[in-house]
Amino acid sequence: MKNSKTEQENFGVVSRRTFLKGLGTTAVTAATAQTTALAAELEKANKEKIIGPEAVPVTLKVNGKKLKLMLEPRVTLLEALRNYSSYTGTKEGCDRASCGACTVLFDDTPIYSCQKLAIEAQGHDITTIEGLADGNKLSKVQQAFVEKDALQCGYCTPGFIMSVTALLKKNPRPTADEVKHACSGNICRCGTHPHILQAVFQAAGVQTASKTEVIDYV
Amino acid sequence: MSNWPSETKYISQSTTRLDGPAKATGRARYSSDIQAEGWLYGMILRSKWPAAKILSVNLDKALKVPGIKAAVVVKDGEFNVRFYGEEIAAVAGTSKQACLDALQAIEVQAEPRHEFVVSEDEARKDNSPQVWDGTPNAPAPRVRETGNVDGAFPECAAVIEGFYTTPVQIHNPMETHGNTVSWTDDGVTAWASTQGITSVRDGLAGALKLDHDHVRVITDFMGGGFGAKFGAGVEGVLAAKLSQQAKAPVRLMLTRFDQALAVGNRPSSFQKIKMGCLADGTLHAFEMDAYGTAGIGAGGDSGGGGGGANIPAPYLYKVPNSRVKQTSVAVNAGSSRAFRAPGNPPASFGMESAMDDLAVKLGMDPVEFRLKNDPSEIRQREYKVGAEKFGWKDKYQKPGSSPGVVKTGVGCAGAAWPAGGANKRTQGEAQINSDGTIEFRLGVQDIGTGTKTVIAVVAAEILGLTPDQITVHVGDTRYPPGPGSGGSTTCASISPTVYDICTKALEQLQTQSGIADARGKNWHAACKKLGVTPLTVHGQWQPGMSADHACGVQFAEVDVDTETGLVTVKKVVGVHDCGLIIDKLTLESQINGGIIMGMGYALYEERVMDDLSGVVLNPNFETYKMPGIADVPEIEVILINMPERGVIGIGEPATVPIAGAIANAIANAIGVRVASLPITPAKVLAALGKLPAPATT
Repeated sequence: MKNSKTEQENFGVVSRRTFLKGLGTTAVTAATAQTTALAAELEKANKEKIIGPEAVPVTLKVNGKKLKLMLEPRVTLLEALRNYSSYTGTKEGCDRASCGACTVLFDDTPIYSCQKLAIEAQGHDITTIEGLADGNKLSKVQQAFVEKDALQCGYCTPGFIMSVTALLKKNPRPTADEVKHACSGNICRCGTHPHILQAVFQAAGVQTASKTEVIDYV
Repeated sequence: MSNWPSETKYISQSTTRLDGPAKATGRARYSSDIQAEGWLYGMILRSKWPAAKILSVNLDKALKVPGIKAAVVVKDGEFNVRFYGEEIAAVAGTSKQACLDALQAIEVQAEPRHEFVVSEDEARKDNSPQVWDGTPNAPAPRVRETGNVDGAFPECAAVIEGFYTTPVQIHNPMETHGNTVSWTDDGVTAWASTQGITSVRDGLAGALKLDHDHVRVITDFMGGGFGAKFGAGVEGVLAAKLSQQAKAPVRLMLTRFDQALAVGNRPSSFQKIKMGCLADGTLHAFEMDAYGTAGIGAGGDSGGGGGGANIPAPYLYKVPNSRVKQTSVAVNAGSSRAFRAPGNPPASFGMESAMDDLAVKLGMDPVEFRLKNDPSEIRQREYKVGAEKFGWKDKYQKPGSSPGVVKTGVGCAGAAWPAGGANKRTQGEAQINSDGTIEFRLGVQDIGTGTKTVIAVVAAEILGLTPDQITVHVGDTRYPPGPGSGGSTTCASISPTVYDICTKALEQLQTQSGIADARGKNWHAACKKLGVTPLTVHGQWQPGMSADHACGVQFAEVDVDTETGLVTVKKVVGVHDCGLIIDKLTLESQINGGIIMGMGYALYEERVMDDLSGVVLNPNFETYKMPGIADVPEIEVILINMPERGVIGIGEPATVPIAGAIANAIANAIGVRVASLPITPAKVLAALGKLPAPATT
């Protein structure tokens, strides 16, 4: 068992910066092989486009309000909301587009905010879970989630509510299959799905009754 | 016998969750949402080797990364790591990006061990690499024997043998494990995503060598635990050390990958079962030889139940002659921890599969066979009620007789949760203010089960108020101590405690105010007489108002596509008892959740390890599949009301029987047994002889 040798490890030799540098060199070399004029033009264009890696000013429009931040360009919209401002209602469950807890509305489209860079989100209307209620008055989707107990630990709830809100805007009377499709990008580990389905129907104006029965033992 | 009122306005009715609006608006601040002033981001460097000796860890370059304020190593000097993903060091900085850069700058000198083992079957071999040097991976099995097994088998009219296996299941709470920790001269405050504020406090105090009263743990909201979040965890201790060094609060939440590697799982099980019955269907002989893995060990944080791989056997049924041999096998993988009903879902799957196999061999209806052998009167009643509601008699056909390409089948299985009961040292207090407001303070935590709502429902009932008049504070170690949320004990612990607080509060309020009955409409008048000093009342758990041993049975109907192997669960009927129901609405949520989580165990979930690299191949939600809303069947819940037993928890029994019920339904549909969870399309097709059997993992 002692046949192993000591290894020096630095966990990833290629840093983001050296990688970017390498790319830049390749692009310029390729261009030189063509015409120098084109190379110069390309270089100029690239120079103008490059921002960062230091923090740059980013202006977001969140729930109708302007949010001015200084962010490294690699900061995602999710992080901008949770870590650089106080919109922590948007949750981080995986940070890789597979759980839906970070769902926000991008204009009217539900998106995973972990997959959108904050700088790319400029100029768009971002709606988070905090933007749905009117003061203390919950939106009808939020109200239905509370009444049907469509939440347990509640960590996935903001994401589901955003997906459902987007669905009902487009399709006010969805079928069960349409609801399931709209929520297929959201994961709930507590297993609240039957109540979520009931809540969506209630928000769409369709009443459903619980099938739970209580029977006396004796 | 029980003091609970027989006529109720809120108890046993449906009350919406007290913190529902906070959760639905994003106002609820979870442990991962805490933004303490000047907080830093924390991240952990993990071992990329399944086994290695760490010779040195150099943090110098990491500390020079712009924005990095602290870096710590898990242990001083040389140390061993025994699984891929074990913690090595941690950094804290002003941004996640800075931390990512810093992790790459940490220099680790290591001596990797090229021999390691991640498969249970390899680890059991005599020449296997040892996870712990000098200790065999699989200790000699523990043997329990009753009756005369060898003499009993020849007396049986029917005997079956099977090898039933279950995978390692990962908890995957939506909020990963982690904390925000602030260490100042006054002590440590940790906002922890935990199921046990007290156990985290004591764990942190022990690891940091602080007095208990210098550590405060706060859990206002947390995003699920399922048994994996009782202890301070390595990540909690690292966050505290980073905070001390950086002189700033540190938020260290695990990544989704981290969560799959190092903070718990349900052990696997490999159950060789031989079982026989007499001609009238009475179980007569049982023999089991089983093993499973709990990773490198049994898990230091098993909290609500054993973290080892042993399972209860023979499960549920009384067999006069039985021999059970069990052992846990160590492998180079993260430790198991308690996972919703530890030991029971795998035990139920193995035993209930064997029960159906034996019923089929004997030619007896599976429900009749269970009624013949189940010693629980409650489950007997539940089988009868459930069979009726489910339409068992019409739906049950001979195995494999369903016509066509897509075959339908039905199955059932039973549950027990012999633990449960209450933490008898649970305490709490209430402060009644002169304006009629009342604030409860209990050192428990609401992990999504509705604990806060239970407190409000019980208080409203006893005080003659409405639940929304009750203010509830939980999740702070400065409140009177309560139980960790494990073992389905919380509801049975706090309900009698709140009852005690309320009855004492009424007595004192009535004495002080001179109003004979301070409840309901007299409440405000009585409170007004308190004047400037609020009334504070302390209470504790009382006997005779709670019980243990919940039962339950579940029925499942499935479609199996014999061309694709795909299983669709169409309908589940769950019949459950939990004594006196407190809140029907949140109870229904928990039963739905137990069934759905168990469905994942039956059909989709499995941690996959790579034998060659020792790496967990599916530490994320793309490759570790869990049930989504489109997979969820119609679920019908039937509650057997037994108020005379007092309060009993339900979280765990609800998830126990479904895997067995689904597996039996699949066997009933296709006429052959798939004895290995998860029942994937590939395994179904292999059972039908349409594909070679998949390699066992």
